[in-house]
Amino acid sequence: MKLISGWSLIRLYTILVYVFMFAPIAAVIILSFNPQQFGSFPMEGFSLKWYVKLAQNHTILAAFKNSLILGACTAVLVTLVGIPAAMAFVRYDFYGKNTLNTLLLAPIMIPEVVLGVALLLFIRWLQQPKSFLLLLIGHVVITLPYVLLVVQARLVTIKREYEEAALVLGANPLQTFREITLPLLMPAIFAGMLFAFTISFDDVTATLFWATARNQTVPVKIFGMLRNSISPEINALGAVMIFLTISILLMAGFLSRRFTRGRNN
Amino acid sequence: MQNKWWKPWLLLSPSLTAVFLLLVIPVCFVVVYSFWLRAPTGADIPAFQFGNYAKFFVDLFYPTVLIRTIRVALETVALCLVLGYIPAYFFYRTRSRVRPFLLLLIMLPFWISFIIRTLSWINILGDTGLINHFLIKSGLIAEPLSMLYNEGAVLLGLIQYLLPFMILNVYVSLEAIDKSLAEAARSLGCTEWQAFKEITLPLSLPGVSAGCLLVFVLTSGSYLPPMILGGPGNDMIANLVFKRIIGTLDWPFGSAISVILLSLLIIIIYTYNRYLGINQLFKSFQ
Repeated sequence: MKLISGWSLIRLYTILVYVFMFAPIAAVIILSFNPQQFGSFPMEGFSLKWYVKLAQNHTILAAFKNSLILGACTAVLVTLVGIPAAMAFVRYDFYGKNTLNTLLLAPIMIPEVVLGVALLLFIRWLQQPKSFLLLLIGHVVITLPYVLLVVQARLVTIKREYEEAALVLGANPLQTFREITLPLLMPAIFAGMLFAFTISFDDVTATLFWATARNQTVPVKIFGMLRNSISPEINALGAVMIFLTISILLMAGFLSRRFTRGRNN
Repeated sequence: MQNKWWKPWLLLSPSLTAVFLLLVIPVCFVVVYSFWLRAPTGADIPAFQFGNYAKFFVDLFYPTVLIRTIRVALETVALCLVLGYIPAYFFYRTRSRVRPFLLLLIMLPFWISFIIRTLSWINILGDTGLINHFLIKSGLIAEPLSMLYNEGAVLLGLIQYLLPFMILNVYVSLEAIDKSLAEAARSLGCTEWQAFKEITLPLSLPGVSAGCLLVFVLTSGSYLPPMILGGPGNDMIANLVFKRIIGTLDWPFGSAISVILLSLLIIIIYTYNRYLGINQLFKSFQ
């Protein structure tokens, strides 16, 4: 009897933690439909007017375009850089392996402010202007550790015997990679790209250092809007971003299920 | 097996080039710059002097911010642990069919924009926010309580950002524990609580410490929650860096503050790695 009550307390606690985590996010979505001028309670009806206003705001649309292009480029580039590195760490033994692995994972632990200052200082010393390229390479550094972790974790589970069998049967290493390793790695690559895209799409702190007025991303734009006060328009923009990330996730889940269908994981 | 020594290096060359060129060298630049002088005209003069560091410690203002950063980080760690351990334990023990869904849900905030999650607290805590709305409507108060722009609001933002990291670290560590150990203790006469205290809790400590380290490190470098939810008196180190670099364009001093922040983290991570090993930390990301 006592046991049951203990367990139900744990369950209640967990539910409360979930409420704590999601109540503010729910408030953003609810308030985005509030027709009132100030983004606040009480709700006075239901309206899509802030969404319409958003769709007519050219600077926000431009920021969306920048964010999408940046996220996509980052995802592709970081995967091209990350996969060979993951292969090296999982498939080979060499001197200094652990140190290098830690070095490549380091950006997770380094504050974004420091990353932002460092790269900006370097670019300034090279007398290069802030540009899209700066944002792109910066985001590659920020996302590389996550891609490495995801791809490495998957690569460990792919048996070396498959590759060895292909090699024995006469395939060259490149063919082996293309025909055996790559298809088996596809779900991880896909997950890594998605991870990279989302991190790039959401990044604020470092991006604040690197962005210019011309290549603002959505979070940087929101940051700028917030300086005045929180408006229903910001809530609407937030709701759009929440819907976008969730639908990307659902789509990814669906696609990865199709990817892996018929294969055993 | 193909055992040509250069092969891993060839595979690693793109990422190593990227990290050296875009991370290692730039961070070295920050260290070098932190010794430079700033001319009254705003130009940076190459030099080797400790003036920027002296400036940080000579006045009480900057050390206060450093101590505040450490204090807020410790508070966040403690609160995340209190709020996070029980849900992680719930995931470990529950036989519910919705468990995968609940786990997915706790990961969801990772995917939701950080700035949106941070500013969402304004809707809850603001003068016209949810809490004040209900309190006024129920007649408990007449004037809205001022709950934003203080340390409590900053802590709420930080906890909401970092709690999933803590829960996942603890859960990963719990999940690796053989459930039959606790069952054995139970059958030998332990109470449920004793079995937890003697078996499960000690075995979950690697995850707890990894979670604490991660939360501490991420808090002490965070810029956005103090910026958006804090007032002028709640600045943390990262806010100082931003103000010096972007605000007053004082690159040498901004670099020195960055170096101080980085040193703090390196000392903590080094000590942690020395005694506990850093590898546990990366498990939860997988």
